[in-house]
Amino acid sequence: MKIIVAIKQVPARDSQLRLNAAAKWIDDSDLTFEINEPDAYALEEALQLKEKLGTGEVVALCLGPERAASTIREALAKGADRAIHIVCEQPEALDPLAIAKLLAAAVGPEAPDLLLTGLQSDDLGSGQTGVILAELLGASHATIIMEVQPQAGAIRVKRELEDGWFQYITMPLPAVLTIQSGLNRLRYATLMGIKKAKTKELRTLEAAALAGGAPVATLDKVYLPDRQKQTLMIEGTPKEQAAKLVEKLKFEMRVL
Amino acid sequence: MAAISVAVPKTKGGAFLLDAASPDHLYSPEDFTEDHQAVARTTDDFFRQEVEPNLEAILRHEPGVAVRIVKKSAELGLTAVTVPEEYGGMEMDMVSSMIVAEGLAKDGSYANWHGAHAGIGTLPLLLFGTHAQREKYLTRLAKGEIIGAYALTEPEAGSDSLASKTTAVLNSEGTHYVLNGTKMWISNGGEADLYTVFAKIDGAKEKFTAFLVERSYPGVKPGQEEKKMGVKGASTTAIFLDNVHVPVENVLGEIGRGHIIAFNVLNLGRLKLGPFAVGASKYVIGLCAKYANDRRAFGKAIGEFGMIRHKLAEMSIRTFATESISYRMAGMIEAHLEGWTPRQENAWPTYLKAIEEFAAECSFVKVFASESLDYVVDEGVQIHGGNGFSAEYAVEKHYRDSRINRIWEGTNEINRLLGTGTLLKRAQRGQLPLVAAVQKLMGELMAGPSFETDSSEWASEIALVANAKKVTLLALGAAYQRFLANLDQQQEVMAGIADLAMAAFAMESVYLRARKLAALGRGEIAAAMSQVFLRDRMQAIEATGKTVLAACAEGDNLRASLTFLKRLTKYDPVNSIALRQQIALRVLAAERYAL
Repeated sequence: MKIIVAIKQVPARDSQLRLNAAAKWIDDSDLTFEINEPDAYALEEALQLKEKLGTGEVVALCLGPERAASTIREALAKGADRAIHIVCEQPEALDPLAIAKLLAAAVGPEAPDLLLTGLQSDDLGSGQTGVILAELLGASHATIIMEVQPQAGAIRVKRELEDGWFQYITMPLPAVLTIQSGLNRLRYATLMGIKKAKTKELRTLEAAALAGGAPVATLDKVYLPDRQKQTLMIEGTPKEQAAKLVEKLKFEMRVL
Repeated sequence: MAAISVAVPKTKGGAFLLDAASPDHLYSPEDFTEDHQAVARTTDDFFRQEVEPNLEAILRHEPGVAVRIVKKSAELGLTAVTVPEEYGGMEMDMVSSMIVAEGLAKDGSYANWHGAHAGIGTLPLLLFGTHAQREKYLTRLAKGEIIGAYALTEPEAGSDSLASKTTAVLNSEGTHYVLNGTKMWISNGGEADLYTVFAKIDGAKEKFTAFLVERSYPGVKPGQEEKKMGVKGASTTAIFLDNVHVPVENVLGEIGRGHIIAFNVLNLGRLKLGPFAVGASKYVIGLCAKYANDRRAFGKAIGEFGMIRHKLAEMSIRTFATESISYRMAGMIEAHLEGWTPRQENAWPTYLKAIEEFAAECSFVKVFASESLDYVVDEGVQIHGGNGFSAEYAVEKHYRDSRINRIWEGTNEINRLLGTGTLLKRAQRGQLPLVAAVQKLMGELMAGPSFETDSSEWASEIALVANAKKVTLLALGAAYQRFLANLDQQQEVMAGIADLAMAAFAMESVYLRARKLAALGRGEIAAAMSQVFLRDRMQAIEATGKTVLAACAEGDNLRASLTFLKRLTKYDPVNSIALRQQIALRVLAAERYAL
């Protein structure tokens, strides 16, 4: 089974985020980056599927700037067989559709049986890219996947629903699945894996050279939530204070 | 072992005192490869996922927990970074092993488990073992199948390790050495499967020898866990050897050459203390920056107060200095190992020679790093106020854990003597032209002050570094003239000279790295650190210089020396308060050590 795993590099979880000067995105000059968490689980699932089947290929696919190469190498160190890097210096200027188009252009010639990706990204979190990609590739798809069982020419997946409910679906291949975090225990990039990663193929594609297209939606402004805190002193006797408070809660705050 | 990617020119041990280096002579974290960064990430991931959740259990000595984690780390290759692939290792460079040490330093107890196994527990075999010994033991140590420990110290042989009372006597059949004695303060003592034990054959000093002793041999018995001030989760015990029969094939290295093993392993241990201190310091700075942002007093976050900022800045500056000297050292050693592979002829003696070349610098790294970390944890407690005194806050543990670093791997006192002593020895052997350098300096000083002014951007830094080296030479010259061959008996003078040389080494490393970062366009904070650090050290150099010179001369000679000292230690001050504010703001914004 040929499996492509689409991964994204995002700021490390404990980062102190600041906005960039144009207030269009975060200032990334001083951040450390890591693999998007659900994507890490998608990669793990792909590697386990390959191990379970005893055959196949896992290809890591990443759209991102030059620095994303470190995340790609990590995927190779963990066991991906080869990787494709779509170099795009400002992915934040693209919307999920434009990103999915670029990914689809790279995936198309590979004709994978299965494409796995995280259910959403830790930075933008739109949760759209995987689903749109499935549509563009004409593949079946399912979201929020907790478990993947390969079957003859098909797969059976476990979807997470709300309130502790799960759904099992059998679907044809090729398929795109968006993977939920926490379904496996993540493996480490071992030091031997890091050494071996250097010998694996890492192909780079220029985003500009792929059939992408302009984004339909653009980020207009990014801002930190305003911290709103007002203190109002209510004067008077306790009885008057209570009456005023009730009035405020009823008609201004509308919580009573 | 692969060579590091950025080649720095080959230098000689101690030569930093004589020659000015340029920024491209300095290996630093900015030169890390993708692989190095990947190793750092793996180590961090491992610590966060395996060690951190178990810190309490490690501290309580919950049976098997620490050993299980060390074994897990072996699966990742973290216990055998520089071990050849032939013996189950990763065959990576020294920088990689330093990065691993830095990443695991976030907890002193666990780092002790790891270091005692992968460092001093494994290195003797790696460096001195025969092929058969390595096949038998090194492979299993590398894979974490067995745990290693290093047993040198004894109740009555600490710093003077050659005063060892442990004896080895060949049995009448000539098949086994029979070992008797007691070892003390053995890290991993309670859990190790294999000890490198030092003993004197027939009690003779000239037959000090290392033995590979399996825990399972009858007569080997670890003592109770010691009750310690810090690294309480580490296993530290005595080892009792009662008529232990050790096969003759378990003699490690040559008979009578045990001290060579002991000293070489210590050199590496001293160097490794550099990245260890860096890792621990960075972690504590992170704790403190976060605390300073969160904790409020007088209606403000305490991070807004100047004196708190001073502390955060100074903690960062010293960490930057420790980081700069530690990785510079790795570059200096690797420059001597260019093209080296573990399969070449005489591989390990060559490897050791490269490290021994820089024995003095290894001592300086050890002293500087351990004292810098002690400063960081001390001010870390202070930033936390009363909470810092409470075991509820992590900084309290780091304060206690730090203290041992000034004691083990040779006390800082011993290392100061060794540092200066090594420089003198190298001069006597003609390996380091110190005498010529002192004479040249004296000529220059006699000729009177120079009035040339250099107004280039780094001119004041260049002058400060050059003058720090000159003060060291001035003191060395005066001390040698006064005490001649008896200089090594003058401990205070020897220690003073070590402080001067160490400061010069650190100043140069900090300045070079600041310049390197500036060229990369990331030099703002590093430049501020360099400006503050160089001037602060120069103040200390002036005081130490006075103490040393006053002990070495009197009358007109002393007056002349002091005039020279005054001239060499003169500098234009900078607004260090504003610079430290700038550094601290950076740390507070990032909530971690940040350049």
